[in-house]
Amino acid sequence: MTNKTLIQISTELSAGNYSSREITQDIIAGIKARDHQFNSFITVSEDLALQQADAADARRATGNADLLTGVPFAHKDLFCTQGLRTTCASKMLENFVPPYESTVGQRLLATGAVCVGKTNMDEFAMGSSNENSYFGAVKNPWDLSAVPGGSSGGSAAAVAAGLVPAATGTDTGGSIRQPASFCNLTGIKPTYGRVSRFGIVAYASSLDQAGPMCTTAEDAAVMLNAMAGFDAQDSTSVQQDAADFTADLNQPLAGLKVGLPKEFFGSGLDPQVADCIMAAVKQIEALGAEIVDISLPNLELSIPAYYVIAPSEASSNLSRFDGVRYGYRCDQPEDLMDLYCRSRAEGFGAEVKRRIMVGTYALSEGYYDAYYLKAQRIRRLIKDDFARALAKVDVIMGPVAPTPAFDLGSNTKDPVAMYLEDIYTLSANMAGIPAMSTPAGFVNGRPVGLHIMGNYFAEAKLLNIAHQYQQVTDWHLETPSTMQKGA
Amino acid sequence: MALENADIENIAVLARLQVSATETSDYADSISSILALVDQMQQVDTIGVEPLSNPHDATQRLRADVVTCDNQRDAFMAIAPATEEGLYLVPKVID
Repeated sequence: MTNKTLIQISTELSAGNYSSREITQDIIAGIKARDHQFNSFITVSEDLALQQADAADARRATGNADLLTGVPFAHKDLFCTQGLRTTCASKMLENFVPPYESTVGQRLLATGAVCVGKTNMDEFAMGSSNENSYFGAVKNPWDLSAVPGGSSGGSAAAVAAGLVPAATGTDTGGSIRQPASFCNLTGIKPTYGRVSRFGIVAYASSLDQAGPMCTTAEDAAVMLNAMAGFDAQDSTSVQQDAADFTADLNQPLAGLKVGLPKEFFGSGLDPQVADCIMAAVKQIEALGAEIVDISLPNLELSIPAYYVIAPSEASSNLSRFDGVRYGYRCDQPEDLMDLYCRSRAEGFGAEVKRRIMVGTYALSEGYYDAYYLKAQRIRRLIKDDFARALAKVDVIMGPVAPTPAFDLGSNTKDPVAMYLEDIYTLSANMAGIPAMSTPAGFVNGRPVGLHIMGNYFAEAKLLNIAHQYQQVTDWHLETPSTMQKGA
Repeated sequence: MALENADIENIAVLARLQVSATETSDYADSISSILALVDQMQQVDTIGVEPLSNPHDATQRLRADVVTCDNQRDAFMAIAPATEEGLYLVPKVID
């Protein structure tokens, strides 16, 4: 029963084939029976979910149902959920029960969607493999010896395994798109400021953006409709009218100009991944698009600049975890300094501490200009590259990651090797433009995603292209052998 | 730029992180390799390039200075590790 898209469940709820309580019970039973293979959930919220499902069924009975009313989904475990623990996959927040709901959570609850639980992730969203979790690594449903990608790896694995039809994610440097690519999903990082960050545990505030992870582009558009919109509680929320991201799904692609940046197809790219991407581009060309060679000359600088900006902002954001107001507190502190230093040392994992220290160093007296300010200047060069390219073409395409999902444990010893995996995703966060991944094939049984990037607020265009591509391909409908066929 | 153990100890104090002696040299190695990656930036001429702190070059939006929600004191104190009579408890600060 869970091997269904969000739209299918919505349609079947409307038709009265089953109630929200029934599908919610079914989905929770599936998570309990099967998630031991993937470790994609940290918390399953059965009681709250059934209350929400009953409320959705009552709402449907009054004739006021929305598309998402009664449809189950999961939240990445950094969206604050009122009354439901929110761990960020950290010992620091192992027992943190937020007193309020994130704006995204409020918006989804307002449509009547049912949150069945919280998904695993890299601790505080810092990682590209979901191996940095206090609750253990997540395994890729397509190959249990492979990583699901990160940091939204639990959301990706849960949807790919058919445990839930949709999940929320966040993307600071690729954390929606890379796991979507590794797990054969449709995932979109919207324009910076499109989706409110209020109530999302902050990592790097000038880069963080939330978005949906689903099977199809149509599902992603419906989820994004619910998630996006201006929010006075987020000072970087953009004052744009909420668009209908489903409106353009069926537009033909004739005349579309697609740019292929040569820097996305250099020597670091796995040739088999390149073949998948070029085959996808050919298919989009056959739908009427014109393919143009372009250049984003500063792409490689996105790695050093990102790994200054993100840790710097993280070191500031994570200073709030002090062992005093909420979160982990060490035993028997000798004095206030010991309370701070030991609570943080015992509460945070190794990668989080490493990034806090890199950021602290980069922001320290005498180094600010050479690191943070320099990185912000390079950030403008990257934004200007995109502006020049997007003056010539409508969208930009390429791979999401240099390789398909890598083996668990293969990159954990060398943080720099892990950082280099982010080469194709970081630049969209640096520029703040929307970008997405859509399934485009397999290499040795592991999925490959096509990366589509567009101009500010062009989410509907990206989803339109992905949807049209999904009308002529079946990659997004492939299911892993670990997925049991529907009950 | 390669960091010494003493640099790590200094950063750890600034970051309010207790770091053991064995961890210190591990962090010195891994953070030095990260800084070597980051130092690629120094090759780039950015003279005259304005720093970008917000992708839309937007400035912080301000709200009117009015009360918009109820007092949540009890809800926020309820999740603290140690409280007493509406105050957060910490180790003695002043002798």
